[in-house]
Amino acid sequence: MADTVEFELVAPEELLFSEPVELVVVPGAEGDFGVLPGHSPLISTLRTGVISVYENDAVNRRIFVSGGFAKVTPERCTVLADEAVALESANRGDVEERVNAARAVLDAAADDDKENAAAALAISEALLLALDTARQA
Amino acid sequence: MPNLKDLRVRIDSVKSTQKITSAMKMVAAAKLRRAQEQAEAARPYSERMDRMLGSLSEGLPTGAGGPELLAGNGKDDVHLLVVMTSDRGLCGGFNSSIVRGALKIIRGLLDDGKDVKVLCVGRKGRDILRRDFRSLILDTFEDLGRKRLSFADATTVGDRILSMFEADEFDVCTIIYNRFQSAMTQIVTPQQLIPFRASDVDQANDTGDDVSEATQDGSQKAVYEFEPDEQEILEDLLPRNLSVQLFRALLENAASEQGARMTAMDNATRNAGEMIDDLTVTYNRTRQAFITKELIEIISGAEAL
Repeated sequence: MADTVEFELVAPEELLFSEPVELVVVPGAEGDFGVLPGHSPLISTLRTGVISVYENDAVNRRIFVSGGFAKVTPERCTVLADEAVALESANRGDVEERVNAARAVLDAAADDDKENAAAALAISEALLLALDTARQA
Repeated sequence: MPNLKDLRVRIDSVKSTQKITSAMKMVAAAKLRRAQEQAEAARPYSERMDRMLGSLSEGLPTGAGGPELLAGNGKDDVHLLVVMTSDRGLCGGFNSSIVRGALKIIRGLLDDGKDVKVLCVGRKGRDILRRDFRSLILDTFEDLGRKRLSFADATTVGDRILSMFEADEFDVCTIIYNRFQSAMTQIVTPQQLIPFRASDVDQANDTGDDVSEATQDGSQKAVYEFEPDEQEILEDLLPRNLSVQLFRALLENAASEQGARMTAMDNATRNAGEMIDDLTVTYNRTRQAFITKELIEIISGAEAL
């Protein structure tokens, strides 16, 4: 059995990541799951959270996803993310700006749009939190 | 005999038109490259989405009982047509060929006694369709992707279509757009979105890798676990898929538009060049004729003395 699993991360606008990894932990809708080579076939929805890519038993890369789908086969783990942000390269100032912008939109939103605006705000806040957690770790 | 001054003015004006068209051609070429890159970058997502949808729907009973987005709501009376055109003109037959295709579909459906509703994406299509079918047009999306087409643009259109479907305002949804083949050729393509049918386009676009992988997947006949369950995943996935299909169509359309504009402007530049040549020849001939005439006048005047 190979000791790596092919991990692919795709956002609607581009292919972000495609390489063999040892272990990847994905935030599934019903709990995080780790994918090692030989994982049983699985299709799951994702919740807002952080994908961790492991190399040499340590987290090598963290990528924030706002939601999406994952398809796992024994050789391959494909994640279709709604939106993905690599935490290493994200700029905290930009994210803060985004939170503030989302808050402003929510304040200004009409009743019909409240739901969408609140969701957008929740996502941006989650991103900020994820960023801070990643920085501490 | 043509007036020399008029000819000069004419030549100047054709020259400045030529400058404009050749500049527009360059701009279109640059935009085309960008649009193509973007379409290329977006392809992996939609391919994988298709495959995931394939693995999901394998296990589902076909026909009635499935989610309405996949199986339809069992009716076929009201058709929604999403006509994708550009916001700007000067791109050759780009818009008129889409509209011609759309009109054919609309007339065909009306003849069959169906109801038709039209959503326009892009100002140009609306302007032309308004002449004949003003009452059918529900709304127009303008200025989508003015700077750069984003997935959010596709979601805006997708959400609108979904909310209409949920409100039972139509039964079948078809989009019509220009598929990009090359800068010279664009193919008007109708694609049915609701109920969803995997388009022939996908199969044509599949590269070698994907085919081999698809058969691999097929031969394994992997039985997937689902988390949460199949039905719930599908309910999330299908609206998403709708936006993905729209996004792909928008990208293809954007690339086609720039391609068509580039070709049209290339032709215009060449035509202007020919026109300038012709006019210059006429100008020189006329000038020479004037000089000859004046010489003859002077000589015959001198002889008369």
